[in-house]
Parts: sequence; structure tokens; C-alpha cells
Amino acid sequence: MGRKLLLEHINVPGINTLEVYRQKGGYAAVEKALKTLTPDEVVEEVKKSGLRGRGGAGFPTGMKWSFLAKPEGVPRYLVCNADESEPGTFKDRYLMTYIPHLLIEGMIAASYALGANTSYIYVRGEMMPQIRILERAIAEAKNAGLLGKNIFGTGYNLELYVQPGGGAYICGEETALLESLEGKRGNPRIKPPFPAIAGLYGCPTVVNNVESIAAVVPIINEGGDEYAKIGIGRSTGTKLISASGNLKKPGVYEIELGVPVEEFIYSDEYCGGIANGKRLKAVVAGGSSVPILPANLILKTINNEARLMSYESLSDGGFATGSMMGSGGFIAFDEDQCIVRNTWNFSRFYHHESCGQCSPCREGTGWMEKVLHRLEYGHGKMSDMDLLVDVSKKIEGNTICPLGDAAAWPVASAIRHFRDEFEWHVTNAAEATSRNYGLANYADPLPKVEKAEA
Amino acid sequence: MLRVEDTEQAPVEFSAALIAKFDDIKSRYPEGKQKSALLPILHETQAEFGWLSTPAMDKVAAYLDILPIEVYEVATFYTMYFMRPQGKYVLEVCRTGPCCLVGAEKIMDYIEQQLGVKEGEVTADGLFSWRGVECLAACGFGPVLQIGPEYTFYENLTTQSVDTLIADLKAKANN
Repeated sequence: MGRKLLLEHINVPGINTLEVYRQKGGYAAVEKALKTLTPDEVVEEVKKSGLRGRGGAGFPTGMKWSFLAKPEGVPRYLVCNADESEPGTFKDRYLMTYIPHLLIEGMIAASYALGANTSYIYVRGEMMPQIRILERAIAEAKNAGLLGKNIFGTGYNLELYVQPGGGAYICGEETALLESLEGKRGNPRIKPPFPAIAGLYGCPTVVNNVESIAAVVPIINEGGDEYAKIGIGRSTGTKLISASGNLKKPGVYEIELGVPVEEFIYSDEYCGGIANGKRLKAVVAGGSSVPILPANLILKTINNEARLMSYESLSDGGFATGSMMGSGGFIAFDEDQCIVRNTWNFSRFYHHESCGQCSPCREGTGWMEKVLHRLEYGHGKMSDMDLLVDVSKKIEGNTICPLGDAAAWPVASAIRHFRDEFEWHVTNAAEATSRNYGLANYADPLPKVEKAEA
Repeated sequence: MLRVEDTEQAPVEFSAALIAKFDDIKSRYPEGKQKSALLPILHETQAEFGWLSTPAMDKVAAYLDILPIEVYEVATFYTMYFMRPQGKYVLEVCRTGPCCLVGAEKIMDYIEQQLGVKEGEVTADGLFSWRGVECLAACGFGPVLQIGPEYTFYENLTTQSVDTLIADLKAKANN
């Protein structure tokens, strides 16, 4: 049984209330930080912990904090990125729903460390129930003197607000999020300057994911050095994994980094194996934007060792044979799933969510979606696979933000590992398109290929 | 997309209660940064009127002391804002990968059958419309749908639970 640092009390009745949360030791970490540590010492603890950004990029959180500019007389901001929109990822929604005070406590500790006196939690607009939960929890904390003026009598002041988004995946990108928080379209900004220099309202700003901020609480409780002992190598601590797809027990699991992928999929402690007695075909390990891997490559590394749930092991071998930890969105596909159809589905998502600012992304994502659509509907050509790889290469690395990469990698990796299946769609078009997915809704502009008479 | 005929829409009045909500939202931001209130204020406006008409957006612009185009460009960028009238209940079904792996497409098909209208259309009684939306961040509990303005989630959908949901909403509307 692995250690639980974030979800330890998740099943305690009433843990979403301040009273029960404090009974379980809640707000002790922030009291310790404010009363016994300087802001720089809190930053140092986070550095020592080795915590890496849990939103997907995996950049060391303490180092990110230390980049924050501190000009005199200019406010600094902490903004929590709760715009969870990556397909396959739902851990932040879970955490905010069931234990909102953990995030609020982390926000206070992190804001103190960064010298921010006003902080925002930017929540995707579709999560209106979670927004209400957070607003209630913030009101509770404020009434108890845990927010507002002179917190714990230390002279530290903090106002915390929740900001709803409007429904746009791109706002998970930190500069697009800041644009949106300023009341504009979520178009990513060109970097540099990075938000640490010029972020919200042009002021120094740190943007961190919900899970990263929540993790500050156990880091202060345990101490950075102790936290760093959990996990494996440079993948320290625990990680929330959102498990979905054809698994017996999908859901949110907290793992100690380093658990073997095979154990995560098949053990009863975690996902319990593949649903309906089927076999595993493929896995997207870190949210839809990371490369898909066939079963043999997700279970074993290039050196035929057990692949682990860690930043390094999941990416072992680069994109030819590896994937990424990403946001921890673990999607399992059973043997009956169609990789072409799924790749089209993800491609449609990225086309829909492209903000349209960069031509390679705006045009390329639509182009890929169209080609994948015609392959799925039985009108593909053998040259389509090379065309898709070519288009994906033209997008990758050629956009202001990483959405272009996120759109390109799933397509390129699906063709790399499942080219036979794409070719089968071309040579067996009628059979491929005769499967009943309940497709009537999809306004298919192309007629389906009729099954040939025997 | 804004349409020419939208300019023919009836004027709207913002109630004192709605303006009080706007004032509360505006107070969250530093002096001179009131445009930050735009997205939450548009949510409140849509919750009040069911959609964002041009006169409503113009009034929001006037309230925030920004140009109407600044409101239009935001309202049309984000998927949650409706640019034309919808049914009283808008069933938004997640159509992205993980939900489709566990049957979201069949649920969409079933909803279309049961409501008798295509995606984006409104039922004759004005009660329902439905649409497919991109990932709702509930992938482990799919298929899922949500209904605004509270954005209540319905998880692990089956055809039976869709029947119950529609019947419950009809009963609620008739009470």
C-alpha cells in the first residue's frame, strides 16, 4: 500500500468542511510556514522536495518559484491553473470536489512564499459545481481568519478569488490562462517575457497546477528532504493518476512515483485489470496529448525492464518507444478499440480547441482531422499515413504554444505503432466502416462505403 | 458567429440583483482592471437570460466601460456562451476519446432519438436542446453529460438513465 499525502483523508465524512479538515490536521502546514519559516525558506523546502509541476510539463516547481521577479512596489500574483481540460485527466476536479481546503491551504502557503497578497484560482467554466465548492470553502476560511488580513497574527494578508473560464482547452496554457483572466480571448502570449517577469496585468506571476499547489501542504508538513525520499530518482513524491478507458476500476489514484505500470493496471489496489475479460491493446499514459504506446511498450522499456510510473521511465527511449507522464491521464484501450477512430477523435479535439493564432496549428489540425476522418469512413489512401506524418512534423515546434505539439504527437505515434491498422482501413474500407458506433450524429459529409456483395 | 438579424433583438434590462452580482465580481480585481470581470459576468448574464443576445452584450460592455467588440470577441471565442436561443435545458454530452471508449457516441445517438431534434436544434416545446462538447474532465466516469446554468454532471450514463433524466426534467419544467 503506497503512502497517500493528498488523498489520505479523502473518505473521511465531511472532509470538505473546514471543521473536519482541521480535525485531520488541516491548516497546520500553513500555520507552520507563516509562523516559523520565511518566504525564502518555504521556497527552499519546495526546491528540496524535488516537486515537479503536476500539470503536465514536469518543470521543477521550486525552481519556477525562484525565477519570480521582485521589483519594489509592484504586486506579485499566484494563479492556480484549474482549467483541467486535457482528455483523460480529471484529478484536479476530484481533488477540488472532495478536499477543497487542501488546495486553499496550499494557495495560502504558496502565496506567502511568493509574496503575493492577491491570488486567483482559474477554474474551467464547466466545473461550476467545483467553483461553488471552492467559493464556500474560501468563505469558511475567511470567516475563520485563515484568509484576509493578518493571517495567524503574522501580519501576512491574502485575498483569494475563484475565476471561472469560458470553455477553452487552450486556457490550460499558462499565458492563455492569464489573457483569459484579464477578460480576453485565450490566445497564448509569445515568451519571453515569461510570467515570472510579466504575467497577470504585466506583474510578476507564478502559474501552478492544482495538484502542484496542494502538494506544498505535505511538503511543509513532512519537510522537503523527507518528501524527496518518496518516489524514485528525480520523480519524487506522490502523483495523482486519472485512470479511464477500458479498465475494471477507472478513477483517481494517488501513487508513489515508481510503481510498475503493470501493477498499476492489473493489481486490485489500483485499476484491477482490463474490463470485460479483454486484453490490453494500448495506453495513453499522460493525457491525450502524449504519444500512444502499444501494450508491449507500455509494460516494458526499451531494455526490456518493467516500465515504471515515473517521469523518466515513461519517457524511456524517447518518442520512438516511450511516452510521457504528462498530466497523469492514463487511458487504457482494450483489444476491440479502433486506433484510427480514436486518433480521429483526438485530432478533432485539437482542431476544435486550436485558438487559431498560429497558421501551422490552425490549418494543420484541421487538415489532420479531415484526413483521419476520411480514413475512418473508408475513403482513405495508402499515401494518407505519410501525409499525416508530414503534416504533424510541420506543426510540431512551429507554434507559439505547445498545443501544436499536443495535436501532432498522438497522430504521429499512432501511425508509428499502429500503421498496419491504418493500412487495413484503406484495404478493408467497407468492413472498417460497417461497425456500429452509433454514428448518426456526426454529420458525415462523405457517404459510408457500402459493403461489397459477396 | 454574430448575425445581422441579431441587431433586431429586443432590448434587455439588468435587474438590481444582477447588477449587485456584477459589482461583487468587479470588486475582485485591482483598480482599472475591471475587464477581468468579463467572463464571470457573461456567465451570470447567460444564466439570467438563457443566452447572450447582442443587446445583453452591449449592456455588459457599457457596465464594464469597454467596447462592445471586446465583449463579442470574447463571447464568440469560448464554447460555453450561447450566441442564439437554446432549449431551457441544454444537454451537453462529452464526445471526446475516453467517453467514446465507453459508449458516448451511442448515448448521443439515443438522445437524438428521444428528443427528436438534431444537434443544436431546440425541441418544439422549447424545453430541450443538446450538443456534443469536448472533454468535460470526468473521463473515469463516462459517458457523462452536463446541464447548465449550474452545470450539474450526470455520470456513467446508460440509455435507462437518459430516459429518467429527460422524464425528470420534463416533470421539473411542468411544476
